[in-house]
Amino acid sequence: MNSALDRRSLLAGSLMLGAGSLALPRLAFAQGAGSRNLLFVLLRGAADGMAMLAPVGDPGFEALRGASLADYEGAPRLGSFFAVHPALAEVASMAQSGEALFVHAAATAYRERSHFDAQNLLETGGAVPYSIKDGWLNRLAALLNEGAPAPLRALAIAQAVPLALRGDAPVSNYAPSALPAASEDLLARVSQLYATDSEFGPLWARALETKAMAEDDGLKNLRDASAAGELAASLMRDAGGARIGMIELGGWDTHANQRGAFARSARGLDALLAAYKSGMGAAWADTLVVVATEFGRTARLNGTGGSDHGTASAALVMGGRVRGGRVIADWPGLADRQLFEGRDLAPTTSLESLLAGAAAEHMRLDPDLAMARLFPGRGAKPLAGIVRS
Amino acid sequence: MSRPSIALSRFGYGISAKDSPPADPRRYLLAQLDAYDPAPAAIAGRMRSRGETGAMVELVRSLRQDRRLAGAMAEAGPAMAGQSAPSDDPRAAALEGLPPEYRSKLAEARQVLVGDIAARTQLAVSSPAPMIERLVHFWSNHFSVSVGKVGTQFEVGPHEFTAIRPHVLGRFADMLKAAVLHPAMLLYLDQFQSIGPNAPFAQARARRGGDQPERPRGLNENLAREVLELHTLGVDGGYTQADVTELARALTGWTVPGIGRVGRFAEDQPSGAAFVALVHEPGARRVLGRTYPAGEAGQALAILNDLAAHPATARHIASKLARHFAGDTPPPALVARLEADFLKTGGDLASLTATLIDAPEVWTPAPVKFRTPFEWLIGAMRLTSVGKLPPQRIVGALNELGQVPWRAPSPAGYDDLAASWAGPDALVRRVELAERIAGNVPADDVLARAEAAFPGALGEATRTQLSRAESGSQALALLLVSPEMMRR
Repeated sequence: MNSALDRRSLLAGSLMLGAGSLALPRLAFAQGAGSRNLLFVLLRGAADGMAMLAPVGDPGFEALRGASLADYEGAPRLGSFFAVHPALAEVASMAQSGEALFVHAAATAYRERSHFDAQNLLETGGAVPYSIKDGWLNRLAALLNEGAPAPLRALAIAQAVPLALRGDAPVSNYAPSALPAASEDLLARVSQLYATDSEFGPLWARALETKAMAEDDGLKNLRDASAAGELAASLMRDAGGARIGMIELGGWDTHANQRGAFARSARGLDALLAAYKSGMGAAWADTLVVVATEFGRTARLNGTGGSDHGTASAALVMGGRVRGGRVIADWPGLADRQLFEGRDLAPTTSLESLLAGAAAEHMRLDPDLAMARLFPGRGAKPLAGIVRS
Repeated sequence: MSRPSIALSRFGYGISAKDSPPADPRRYLLAQLDAYDPAPAAIAGRMRSRGETGAMVELVRSLRQDRRLAGAMAEAGPAMAGQSAPSDDPRAAALEGLPPEYRSKLAEARQVLVGDIAARTQLAVSSPAPMIERLVHFWSNHFSVSVGKVGTQFEVGPHEFTAIRPHVLGRFADMLKAAVLHPAMLLYLDQFQSIGPNAPFAQARARRGGDQPERPRGLNENLAREVLELHTLGVDGGYTQADVTELARALTGWTVPGIGRVGRFAEDQPSGAAFVALVHEPGARRVLGRTYPAGEAGQALAILNDLAAHPATARHIASKLARHFAGDTPPPALVARLEADFLKTGGDLASLTATLIDAPEVWTPAPVKFRTPFEWLIGAMRLTSVGKLPPQRIVGALNELGQVPWRAPSPAGYDDLAASWAGPDALVRRVELAERIAGNVPADDVLARAEAAFPGALGEATRTQLSRAESGSQALALLLVSPEMMRR
């Protein structure tokens, strides 16, 4: 299979996708998740899309990022236009084997530059910060639970439930602990203690359930990225495991000396994704991973070898059913007049459309319904053709 | 909750084992304004940064010139955040490859950090003014600094001890200037290496034709943005990208003593920072429609003074205080009173504290918050009189609970919303830690202790489970994770 589109077909990417959405049959509402798995990886701190997937074929790239050009010499290419950061070697090889794709110049509807508002929008799915209290991933779980005999398991690999996963649908969270396990007798008594507490009762029930699933993970913390990927896989691969998972990764807010800092974070992401894929084993065929960040960074490097808060970034989609090996982008260009507000990579693809479209196709939901529930009030259509039906 | 129980737990860090519940809750709280000690002996030695921060930054910069070491140092980066690298950690191996002088500096930095975290914790555990300690931690989180960048381990403790503690009952403007211009913040938000593009230093270097690649060359707007968004006006406070850039220009020159070849021109500042006029962007600045004439170090101070007095700042601070003490959805009437108080008194934080104590919205009987991990651990240590613990144990416990001081994931600090903390995993960790604590302290008369800790507020379910427990220490563990203890 062709490993990547050339620049011309890449520029036509958005049109091609438009046609694809017409060709897809409208699926019956809620066939149920079945054995399909979705892992959402949130890169907190605004990961630099131009470092992740460098548009080395753009004539403007060298002027903006000359200092980092050397990093992409010999780096894996997707077509002649884009080079994958060398720290993302496993991701690049998955893209080249057709199991991963990038979406570039993507952004949510947010056009300011606050991490916290932007993360709020990316997690709640709202169009205005703090207007929605629950998360889009929780609403996705709720959508899949409608008419299902039992609610699916949704789980964050984190010490606290991230906002994207908070809401009415039952969710759990788990992170390896270095503390000695509490005695069975105490656990049973705590169950009685919380039995009449309307908040702690259900939380505790889910805690015990997740604890049982993660028995003997042997880990003490999540600092080792590949161990975190293996843990996520171990909690998701079996029939009784979680169907929806979420992991957060920090370390992307590279205001200064970004070469080393970005490479370090990217290596962690790469190791995590590779370990997750290998841990999923046969279930990888039914798994979709979406990696996104709240916004991109300035196209130019700043005075301290870093980049400041920007607008569009890149997203990554991978999995056994992904129509990978390509970059989906309506590339905006890097000339001064093409930059958003003269400083940022301009947004041309809606990140919400990607999230809703990919989740709906993979989970066999009506894409328009998913868009309306997960990201209400948007004009954009969900992206189609991400996953093989 | 009863009024005595609210005074103890919602306003403060809970009862101390040796105390009895307050007879007059309001007076108990007001008396803490006098009992508070801004500079207790335990941190007397930590009121001044060690002066080693700049030297450490310089050491790292010179080592980075050696490209073979740059890779190893990048691998070891997270270890600088004050976490000990376990032996099976790939970073431990990376650390091995570091030059010995750098390794010993990292070890020293980590020891200082762990000591400061333990000191802050013990102060709160033994304080006769727990409400004011809560406020110290509230403001420390408002002006959040986090370890991870070179040298910050030496500075985050002194940031709270010298920029927050002295002003917690003083004026907001003074705390703002001290906190924003402290070396910890200048390092954390990259200000220390921001250079005015037209500053004499940048101009001279351009004439010489370039410089070593690892040396900073221009403006960085990170601190300026967070000052406007997080510390003063708030995200909807009506500022623009142009205001961010202008404030960033005004802040150039504010740096950490002992850094760079311009260091010898540095003028020491009261905040512990240094000002280097050679890297300051010359000229007048325009922020929020006001013009600030050229004025070197004083230019940023003048802008910060005006930001401190801005009505949007009053509203932002009022909302955050109300959310902290009265619940996740701050009651509008309380926000309005705090805002008016802030504007009337010019940001007098003692007056705001008194307004909170007198606010009926903070005395509502139903619990308003899930205790954060730090609040819960301090409450547990006070209740059990666990005594002085080794610093590493305290940091380890906070790490397992998910809230180590000065390691918030973003400049916004740790979240102040119940939903951010009340998850299944949090309950499990508290149960595990509670069992461990309860097994190591005297556990007699737990029911009586429970009645004293939550006077008139102990629920039937908890009372029943405590009385059925098979041992004193099991009863104590159950008390530590009871709903009464988990919420405030």
